[in-house]
Amino acid sequence: MDILNALVAFLNFVFFPALAYGAQLSLGALGVTLIYGILRFSNFAHGDTMAFGTMATILVTWLFQAVGIGLGPLPTALLALPFGIAATALLLLFTDRAVYRFYRVQKAKPVILVIVSMGVMFVMNGVVRFIIGVNDINFSDGQRFIISARDFREMTGLDEGLAIRTTSLITLVTAAIAVALLFWFLNKTRTGKSMRAFSDNEDLALLSGINPERVVAVTWIIVAALATTAGVLYGLDKSFKAFTYFQLLLPIFAAAIVGGLGSPLGAIAGGFVIAFSEVTITYAWKKVLGYVLPEPLEPDGLVQLLSTDYKFAVSFAILIVVLLFRPTGLFRGQSV
Amino acid sequence: MTDTNRNILYFALMAVLIVGTGMTQGWNVALTLLNMGVISAILAIGVNLQWGFAGLFNIGVMGFVALGGLGAVLVSMPPTEGAWSAGGFRIVGALILGAATIVAAVIAQRRMAKGRARTLATLAILIVGFFVFRAVFDPGVEAVEAINPAGTGYLGGMNLPVLIAWPVGGLLAAGAAWVIGKTALGLRSDYLAIATLGIAEIVIAVLKNEDWLSRGVKNVIGIPRPVPYEIDLQQDPGFVDRATGLGLDPVTASTIYVKFAYLILFVIVLLIVLWLAQRALNSPWGRMMRAIRDNETAAEAMGKDVKGRHLQIFILGSAICGVAGAMMTTLDSQLTPTSYQPLRFTFLVWVMVIVGGSGNNFGAVLGGLLIWWLWVMVEPIGLGLMELITAGMPDGSALKDHLIASAAQMRLLTMGLILLLVLRFSPRGLIPEK
Repeated sequence: MDILNALVAFLNFVFFPALAYGAQLSLGALGVTLIYGILRFSNFAHGDTMAFGTMATILVTWLFQAVGIGLGPLPTALLALPFGIAATALLLLFTDRAVYRFYRVQKAKPVILVIVSMGVMFVMNGVVRFIIGVNDINFSDGQRFIISARDFREMTGLDEGLAIRTTSLITLVTAAIAVALLFWFLNKTRTGKSMRAFSDNEDLALLSGINPERVVAVTWIIVAALATTAGVLYGLDKSFKAFTYFQLLLPIFAAAIVGGLGSPLGAIAGGFVIAFSEVTITYAWKKVLGYVLPEPLEPDGLVQLLSTDYKFAVSFAILIVVLLFRPTGLFRGQSV
Repeated sequence: MTDTNRNILYFALMAVLIVGTGMTQGWNVALTLLNMGVISAILAIGVNLQWGFAGLFNIGVMGFVALGGLGAVLVSMPPTEGAWSAGGFRIVGALILGAATIVAAVIAQRRMAKGRARTLATLAILIVGFFVFRAVFDPGVEAVEAINPAGTGYLGGMNLPVLIAWPVGGLLAAGAAWVIGKTALGLRSDYLAIATLGIAEIVIAVLKNEDWLSRGVKNVIGIPRPVPYEIDLQQDPGFVDRATGLGLDPVTASTIYVKFAYLILFVIVLLIVLWLAQRALNSPWGRMMRAIRDNETAAEAMGKDVKGRHLQIFILGSAICGVAGAMMTTLDSQLTPTSYQPLRFTFLVWVMVIVGGSGNNFGAVLGGLLIWWLWVMVEPIGLGLMELITAGMPDGSALKDHLIASAAQMRLLTMGLILLLVLRFSPRGLIPEK
């Protein structure tokens, strides 16, 4: 019984939260890695792109809620998500036209583009704060749990409850659909293939008649979809706050680099590596160990390796280890 | 118009802006603004050293500034009575143990033959070391934090004059820069950026969490000043006489006097840093740095130690940021870890460097002063603009309230636009590199 209790506690507090967080990070990292692969720079505005997409979705959600359109047990935000994606895609295409294209034509050094993306980050951050403010916004509605901890306890007779939150399940399902669509697109469609060709060898791709502007535009649209989805899922799971999204930049970049910049598969793996390490290292293991270990060995303290505020330190440490021992990342990305 | 004349004109215009602020909004406001502007200028010189001279992309300025602030606490605050005997030595011992673990792991990596045995040995050293470290560290922390948690609950400092803290803050930042530079320099420029971004967040997390060191979110207040207190001046009959002799109210006179004293100290530091940076720029060393920046491969072929020089300039630039951080904390007389925001302490400094002109020290100074002035002034200007726009709207309308309330958020937008416009239309900045 104790082993089962420990397992349930582990699933409830470590496994499922990390799984959901990992899916959110993976989606974010996919966006970063795509931009890196096609446009060849690290986009520092990505966190704020996510914030913008989420904000647009929240605004549409509020509109739907006011009119009374909903999805029953599912959050209304899912219905609003396509509108959020559309708004973000428009914004990114506009940014590309107004800002990035100039430097692309000039063939500016990647680091210049990084600085430019810093400027874009400022502007997007300002726009988001200007429109929706700086406060915490909780926009999740519908049913909160699929199985609440109490129901689970009553069903199984265990001491520990396993709460399956609607948002976690939605995160996993949506992320799976998004990733499946992305890989289908990249591997099966003509546009997707031309994108991969462009990423592998720009000159050769240009020679074979691929239109670079089209590839870039499609990339931005996909990035908008990924970033908005990642942002909305994260916001549903936790809450929306402009500053938090900016801070997500570090774990997202860590995920993309750990996986190998430019490698979509790597971004997904990296997202889960970062999420699981963050959660396992900052979780207080007292409860789980209390069930597993015999009485005299039971720990007195919280058995928390690091306090939760050090979660950045965890992504950072993994990042440094990967950079030192395998700079191209787990999946052999493009960077040297 | 020659370059020199143009530069003098720019600085004269800057002076007009400050004086104008003083005439319209009072000298107290202008001096507060100028004090922070001078510190910003020093920060900008530090970042310019890294970016403008060497092309190193450091976006962890905030971390080095915060370390400088910690330096001010560690040097100037009085030590907490009994804290050292209760757990201070234990904590220091634990930190030495932690450092020894890392050194042991590095040695194992270097000495042992490559293979599974080496990986396992390194991991074992790190894991055992971590738990030993925590076992020694935690009781010490608990003991220190238990001492009067509402008032102290930390180790305190060395009770030395706060001016000593400025170089010490620089040393702390330099130490952190050495660690980060050793690992991340020599990789792609983006990686250095991510690494510095990460270290900055970690430094802030440490300041927020390690109460024994910095009191965490309880803040350290009342850091001693290098200048007199207003209240003492107001009670000093000699000062009051002089103030009234100048036709000033003693309260106003005392605040202006204090700010002016700070300003003199800051300007002295600025001049020293500027002089050193100028000397460095025009020395063979500076020319070598720029040669490395412009073509690393060629410089390496000429026998220059690119990685070593990068590490050197990275440490120097970060140390300058640390000095500026210590000055900032001294000016505020308090260390509030929650007030360190990357947009304000890292990215704004980058706007200063780019707008001023990367690669030019005077450009960095001008950028620091100008962008800080704008950063402060955008808020009232934005509010005025919003009031103008919404003037026609009915009172109490939701849109009007929202627009006026959001005016405070105009800053980031404006800074981003300025950065983008300068990068696009004048990428060399106001005072370009010669």
